[in-house]
Amino acid sequence: MSSMQTLTTPLVRQNPVTLHVLGICSALAITNSLTSSLIMSVALTTVLIISNAAISAVRHYLPSSVRLLVQITIIASAVTVIDQFLSAYMPDAARTLSVYISLIVTNCIVLGRAEACAMKNGIGTSILDALGNGMGYSIILIFVATIRELMGAGTLMGFPIFKLAHEGGWFQENALFLLAPSAFFIIGFLVWGIRTWKPEQNEKPDFEPMPLPPREER
Amino acid sequence: MGDFIDIFFRSVFLENLALAYFLGMCTFLAVSKQIKTTLGLGVAVIVVEGISVPLNNLIFNGVLRQGALDWAGLGQMDFSYLGLLSQIAVIAAMIQILEIVLNRFFPALYNTLGIYLPLLTVNCAILGASLFMVQRDYSFTESVAYGLGAGFGWALAIVALAGLREKMKYSDIPAGLQGLGITFITTGLISLAFMGIAGITL
Repeated sequence: MSSMQTLTTPLVRQNPVTLHVLGICSALAITNSLTSSLIMSVALTTVLIISNAAISAVRHYLPSSVRLLVQITIIASAVTVIDQFLSAYMPDAARTLSVYISLIVTNCIVLGRAEACAMKNGIGTSILDALGNGMGYSIILIFVATIRELMGAGTLMGFPIFKLAHEGGWFQENALFLLAPSAFFIIGFLVWGIRTWKPEQNEKPDFEPMPLPPREER
Repeated sequence: MGDFIDIFFRSVFLENLALAYFLGMCTFLAVSKQIKTTLGLGVAVIVVEGISVPLNNLIFNGVLRQGALDWAGLGQMDFSYLGLLSQIAVIAAMIQILEIVLNRFFPALYNTLGIYLPLLTVNCAILGASLFMVQRDYSFTESVAYGLGAGFGWALAIVALAGLREKMKYSDIPAGLQGLGITFITTGLISLAFMGIAGITL
């Protein structure tokens, strides 16, 4: 695979969220505001790059029996750094994101990429792969957050876009978009959209309906 | 005792880890095709949460919190930044030990739960419960209630989803919505139903 392909395949064709079902927890939880989604995207991409590069650098020295342990420790250290950085310089953002920054440790994208890519490839490829997957995750996050914040509060990143009805405007905000269920629905329909566009991602149904026999036999 | 019950029910219904905080979603969506499998997984989650949350509570309050090591002359030391590392290490070690103990003394139980235990190390519902426990400053008894409640709530949600998916097996779903898509929308509906309980105060 060329380096360009390494970077672009995870964007839609092999998207970590909608195809591989990885990293769903945070993709759903913090998308009710665009600002926190952007911070989360940057945080995850940074952790992914640091951990992929570090794991790729030590991959020849890792005995396979303890590799998971070492990988998790490396990831947890990277996350701790990001977490401390955020609570020092962006305390408000750190408060809104609460435990979800720490939960990057168990975000399956990070461990998944460490296992699938960083253990087998050189540092350069691993960093590109991390960047690509981080961006694939960010695209989904930003897309969902834009819909949720716009429909739920009429704002984007806190700036008013639609004038709200109770302030004399025309837009009646729908608070359901800020609540948990809407995130499930939006990602569900997003998956539907992507799979209609790229039908090779469709899953096989468990049961096919039996074809009807021709008319004369009935 | 009232507190205990309050925290338990709150974490089962109102603050359900899966449906309100989206934790443990990867497993939740991937391993919810059959009720039988989800029952095993659910019990494993309850056991692991019931042990790991109180254990992390003891470690955090006894060692890491600022002033906890006062008796050793380290009164001003604040190790709480090590919380995340220690929690994930405790969870990983605890699951490993649980696996060994179950294998040795309760082989029947090991055969049903064993395959799910390693999966749970990287399940964010487990780590998330410990992080919420630290953030909300629970005492030891509260953390027992919270651990059990959080595990029970997650188990309840995944069994409910598996029940619905078993019924949906034969329905004719549009090709693009097959599998992941329809599971998301079903989970959304369950989550909506759980929100209906949100008005209850105990």
